[in-house]
Amino acid sequence: MHPLLSRRSYLGAYVAVWVPLACLLIFLIRISGGMGTLEATVLLAPMAALFAGASLSAWYTCRANPLRTAGITRLFFTHLSGALILSFVWAEIGRFYARALATLQSFQGLAVRYDAHFGVIVVSGVLLDFIMIGFFYVLIAIEASRIAEARVLETSVLARDAELKALKAQVNPHFLFNSLNSISALTSSDPAKAREMCILLAEFLRMTLGLGEKSNIPLSEELSLLHRFLAIEKVRFGSRLQMTEEIADDCQSLLIPPLLLQPLVENAVTHGIANLPDGGQVRLAAHCEDGRLSIVVENSFDAEATPTHRNGMGLVNVRQRLEARYPNLASIRVSTTADQFQVNLSLPAEPQEMHS
Amino acid sequence: MSTSSDKTIGALIVDDEVLARQIVRELLQTHPEINILAECSNGFEAVKAVTEHKPDLIFLDVQMPKLSGFDVLELIEGNIAVIFTTAFDQYAMKAFEVHAVDYLLKPIGRERFEGALDRAKHRIANKPRAANHRSADETDKPHPAAPGPHASDLAVAARPPQHFLERIVVRDGTRVTLIPIAKLDYVEAQDDYIALASQGAKHLKQQTIASIETGLDPARFVRIHRSYIVNFERVVRIEPYGKDSRLAILADGTRLPVSRTGYARLKSLLDDRA
Repeated sequence: MHPLLSRRSYLGAYVAVWVPLACLLIFLIRISGGMGTLEATVLLAPMAALFAGASLSAWYTCRANPLRTAGITRLFFTHLSGALILSFVWAEIGRFYARALATLQSFQGLAVRYDAHFGVIVVSGVLLDFIMIGFFYVLIAIEASRIAEARVLETSVLARDAELKALKAQVNPHFLFNSLNSISALTSSDPAKAREMCILLAEFLRMTLGLGEKSNIPLSEELSLLHRFLAIEKVRFGSRLQMTEEIADDCQSLLIPPLLLQPLVENAVTHGIANLPDGGQVRLAAHCEDGRLSIVVENSFDAEATPTHRNGMGLVNVRQRLEARYPNLASIRVSTTADQFQVNLSLPAEPQEMHS
Repeated sequence: MSTSSDKTIGALIVDDEVLARQIVRELLQTHPEINILAECSNGFEAVKAVTEHKPDLIFLDVQMPKLSGFDVLELIEGNIAVIFTTAFDQYAMKAFEVHAVDYLLKPIGRERFEGALDRAKHRIANKPRAANHRSADETDKPHPAAPGPHASDLAVAARPPQHFLERIVVRDGTRVTLIPIAKLDYVEAQDDYIALASQGAKHLKQQTIASIETGLDPARFVRIHRSYIVNFERVVRIEPYGKDSRLAILADGTRLPVSRTGYARLKSLLDDRA
């Protein structure tokens, strides 16, 4: 379907362009002499309407010859030949119409006067067609920018969606329930420890909620959240959970999306350490080089454990968020050896803005 | 010890987290009639402790390394009352299907715990006597336990459809073996038991062949005979053997009988793959 006919606003614009054009055409013929105003109007108004309909076809020529790629000579000759043919056929149809009108008493002699104006009519037809071609190119440009705008909007909505989903998934309810169970056990055996754990849990939750509103945080802030998470899990798992950390000093202040690493560390504990009767190690490492920040989350794991959620939602989420935030500039790679599960992140190193 | 003369109930606490075991122990303090026989931090210990101590009651965590609470239940015999303890509510239905006494969600509250304990005591008081009081050497080899379906059969029944077993747990005395499904060569029915052949060894398990068949992926395992299910990938060739019957020769040279219907099944699987 022709876009002009399917969109009411475009059709309106088209008609709005044609009304003054038809008047201009009538005026031109009128001043070139020999025809009265009434005669010119009766002859040319239907002809203008016919031309308006016929020149819709120029849309396709415009589409087939985009301004940006088609060469100027090709554009000129394609459109000129199209306009000449269209205009000539149109003027010939006009001639028949003029003959028909001339049979009426009040338009006697119109056929002769029409033939006298034939050249002018063909030339104005060519000019009209060129105006239409200009109009169509403008429409095409509007359409293109509208699509581009929609695409930008769509990607930003997708990015936002991914963020929201990620944030919702952050606090695993089972983590909470298990932690509360530990606190409950500690209240009688070690009240001081119970209180300490309550505070850790409260701090962890507060940070999780607070971070959700920010779009970027320094790596150091994410790490302090992870320290609390791991301290809580350490109470549950005891000596089964061992941690090591190698964070280069110059990475601490680099910006990352909040809660980017939390799901990975949580996976490391729940799908790695929790499946090992004797526990294992979670290793966190970060370094930056050549404007890129590399982060490694590695954990011991049981390769034979039923692979239920090993590549769970956490990983999918992190991948989506990275893609939304740094399109084509970030990567996440998962590798496994016999007993180690490793996730490698690589993203652009974004230094904190200096407020002077 | 749980003998019929004294009124004490022998209990096991199974959880991989020290604090989680501690809280159950604490909640049991006001119940002198419950004698805590052992605490276990994983499924292997639990299976061993059941054989050694013959408890009446087990507090069983679901999510544990290697062997889950459900795996443990599959491996133990006797009519033992089980109370599941877990932070996950999605196993409640499955727990009910394997006839658990109760399903306690962590953190565990006193009131809820007392209710579960009452139900367990009731169950223990009314259970068939014979089932739980067997001599030590009797339990060492698999033996049909209480009347009614066995936990292995129930566990298979509780499995969601289109979700096949990924490994099979078997017990030989106190030793527990995990057989990944890819390493299972064939299954042979032996009365109330099945023998699972894997890597040259045979493991006995108390389960019916029909029940294990429903847990195996039909694209990989074929019931070639009333008494045999074979891992399709192990079959190297089929040889005729007498009238109407054939032999399947496996990669390791094992020869298994193939019935007429079994042959038809084998052929249709072969056609599907081609």
